[in-house]
Amino acid sequence: MYKSIMIPVDLSHAEKSQTALAVAADLAAHYNAPVTYVATTANTPGAVARTPEEFADKLATFAKEQGELHGHRTAAHSIVSHDPTSDLDKKLAGAVSDIGADLIVMATHIPNMADMLLPSHGGALSRHTDASIFLVRHSA
Amino acid sequence: MSDETVNQGIPAPQGTADIIETEYEIGQDNVEGTVGPFGFDIHNPVFAISGAAIVAFVFFTLALPEQAGSVFQSMFDFTTKNFDWFLIGSANLVVIFALFLIVSPFGSVRLGGSSAVPDYTYAGWFSMLFAAGMGIGLMFYGVSEPLTHFSTSVGGASSEGGMRTDWAPLTGALGNQEEAIRLGMAATIYHWGLHPWGIYAMVGLALALFTYNKGLPLTIRSAFYPIFGDRIWGWPGHVIDILAVFATLFGLATSLGFGATQASAGLNELFGIPMGNTTEVVLISAITAVALISVLRGLDGGVKILSEINMGLAGLLALFTLIVGPTAFLFAFFWDSLKAYVEYLPALANPFGREDVNFSQGWTAFYWAWWISWSPFVGMFIARVSRGRTVREFVVCVLLIPSMVCVAWMSIFGGTAINQVIADGFTGAQDAELPRQLFQMLGELPLASITSFIGIVLVIVFFVTSSDSGSLVIDTITAGGKVDAPATQRVFWCIFEGAVAIALLLGGGLAALQSMVISTGLLFTVVLLVMCYCIFRGLQSERAENK
Repeated sequence: MYKSIMIPVDLSHAEKSQTALAVAADLAAHYNAPVTYVATTANTPGAVARTPEEFADKLATFAKEQGELHGHRTAAHSIVSHDPTSDLDKKLAGAVSDIGADLIVMATHIPNMADMLLPSHGGALSRHTDASIFLVRHSA
Repeated sequence: MSDETVNQGIPAPQGTADIIETEYEIGQDNVEGTVGPFGFDIHNPVFAISGAAIVAFVFFTLALPEQAGSVFQSMFDFTTKNFDWFLIGSANLVVIFALFLIVSPFGSVRLGGSSAVPDYTYAGWFSMLFAAGMGIGLMFYGVSEPLTHFSTSVGGASSEGGMRTDWAPLTGALGNQEEAIRLGMAATIYHWGLHPWGIYAMVGLALALFTYNKGLPLTIRSAFYPIFGDRIWGWPGHVIDILAVFATLFGLATSLGFGATQASAGLNELFGIPMGNTTEVVLISAITAVALISVLRGLDGGVKILSEINMGLAGLLALFTLIVGPTAFLFAFFWDSLKAYVEYLPALANPFGREDVNFSQGWTAFYWAWWISWSPFVGMFIARVSRGRTVREFVVCVLLIPSMVCVAWMSIFGGTAINQVIADGFTGAQDAELPRQLFQMLGELPLASITSFIGIVLVIVFFVTSSDSGSLVIDTITAGGKVDAPATQRVFWCIFEGAVAIALLLGGGLAALQSMVISTGLLFTVVLLVMCYCIFRGLQSERAENK
């Protein structure tokens, strides 16, 4: 049913995405679809990498490791943003069309008061894309 | 299994750059957690110390206004009287160094690596440089500074007990109206031209070089790596960053104070809304709310769009004034002012043996300390949007072009106001209080209510662009150079800036704030000079790597 799965990952907090990563792997096996790992970096040095190229390399390695671990086809898609904090939702929506993904698997937090001021990325993305979205709770 | 990397969005290969090898990992000293539903990711101890010290400062100023007032006044006098030569001399050195970089072989080094491509178009880049750099100041002083220097110059020099008591630049031009105009404009351009932009350019260049080419975090301390090495991640670096946060926040709050008084004066002129604390508090709150939306929309979605709107409006207002004002006079005035600037520059920039103490200490030294205290903020913001430019392009564009725009702006607005005095005998602007002078000048031109309204909108939007870009900068410094810290922190700093400005406005502490700006500015002058040396070292290694 699904042909291409996209999963946004935060490389500095990959541990928080473990459940979502496992769900994506299960769905990839079920639908025999490739998984594209998407991450955003600023053009300034950050916690994960000091240049956008180093960041892209780390993401590619991460994707490869996930493929070897779960046995599905993988790709990596890194996005450079001037301001990742604000641009994330827009950049992720752009990545969905760039990749041609029809299913997004995404880790998200349990709704709270802060969402009224700063909506969750999963919620925001669902309003800006035609693809199906599987939101996986951190505590799930 | 096929592994494929799709790097859309990544700039073209960055080419050669001399990355500094360091064990430091960005964010390693950060504390992450949540307060209620809100996440945070802040540098320990920069966030806590700067936040607590600012709260203590506001508390001291409000709780003991008299004592605070006298302490701050003595700090102000001590700095401008004893260190005027240091401030004036240092600013000269910085400008000379900046000009040297344009013509030196270092000019070809590209920020972000030898093959990096610019992130922003020229239009977006200039708008942001300008709006962050001196937006509100231009609105506030565009009419008043040329008028003031003209008036004091024509009054000539006077002294008592061997000390000059007048405020005229140099020896003034007693009774000589034509020469007084030239001297007044030369002094104005001196304060708004090469010197402030040279200061901004060097801080911006240092940060861009050490961030994009050396791979160090986007904080002020990174520029000092050539001197301190890995010790920069400890206390020497903490002190530099904390100082930068103070300078930025105090500089911003001062600017918010100026902006609020001018916007409130404009609303009073136009709509008769009473001036006073209530209006100003409402203005600061409303403007902070708009800044909050802008800061949440981010660099591209908020700050850039507002900066471009503002540049468009400012350009329209200047063009309108040029066309309906004394057009031929203004064109001649622009060139005469520029010539006068070149002619008087050596004397105005002389740091030693000055007789015009009121002017050189009260105006020049004050301005230099103020620009320098603003430089971490403006410099960091400039660095953030300047990746992909060569050093030569960067310095030419940050130093020369904004300086020329300032000359044009001051010539149009100051020239029109001076023309109203000498040709029409209208002294309304000259006699008005500082925040009202712009509106008085516009009041004499056609469509006064529309242009005054645009003037108010400009003050407000410049105010917003300073507040939102300032919040981004403080957030980055207090997050240890991370630009992807939770948005909650931006919200915190944006509201905090507004709150500090309101608290000090109500407590009559804006004068205290200016004293703090001057004191932090003096300390930062030392930082700035050392930074120039570090740029030289950094560019040397970059050139060596490129060979």
